Amino acid sequence: MSKRSTQPIFWLLFGAGGMLSALIGWMLVFITGIAIPLGILLAPDLFSYQKVLAFHRHWAGAAFTFVVISLFLWHGAHRIFHSLHDLGVKAHAPSAWACYGIAMAGTLAAAGLLLSL
Amino acid sequence: MMGRRTYVRPMDGWWRRDPFFLRYMAREATAIFVVAYALTLLAGIARLSQGESAFDAWVAGLRSAPAVALHVLLLVAFLYHTLTWFQIMPKTMPPVVIAGRKMVPGTITALGLAASAAASLLLFLGLRAIA
Repeated sequence: MSKRSTQPIFWLLFGAGGMLSALIGWMLVFITGIAIPLGILLAPDLFSYQKVLAFHRHWAGAAFTFVVISLFLWHGAHRIFHSLHDLGVKAHAPSAWACYGIAMAGTLAAAGLLLSL
Repeated sequence: MMGRRTYVRPMDGWWRRDPFFLRYMAREATAIFVVAYALTLLAGIARLSQGESAFDAWVAGLRSAPAVALHVLLLVAFLYHTLTWFQIMPKTMPPVVIAGRKMVPGTITALGLAASAAASLLLFLGLRAIA
């Protein structure tokens, strides 16, 4: 049996993250970075410790934040990995470990932090 | 082979040679902003796990001018990502045939942008409803 490529896994994560960020990414940035902090259209109270904690202690809230952080990281990692190749960095182990390593570390950190709440 | 010194066309700065390549690199560069935003959220979750005062300090940081400026920049990059994601979608998905006619690329892009507007509006209204 021939050795199977790992690329489809990374491409799938890239595609899923790209689609999720294309659908709701800009709105998430507006909500968490502009609307709530500045109190535009949404109440600043939404970022009170109690509310954010309660949101993430519910399994659905934790799952939502986990999926957003993780898929955004895998999307970015895959794209940056291939763009580095375009810029002359060989698509070999060092740049692969750097890009996918950050995505993997971020995924594990997000899971650990959310489960500890 | 070692002795031959054949001409190799230099590739340095290739993407600055043509507006098409420049747009390609701009599209690929949105990935940096997507990663930056994910790490911002990850930092927020880390602060949340450290308790109330740590989390409140993180939220206070979000209200600072540099953080707001960063998020305005992120918003522009994410909107560009949304636009380009659905612009290349006709090339990355299998052809869609309806009533014997292949869907034109412009229709697929327009449907994708409409889906983004709908999903984002739903998220915003959903948040307002539970708030």
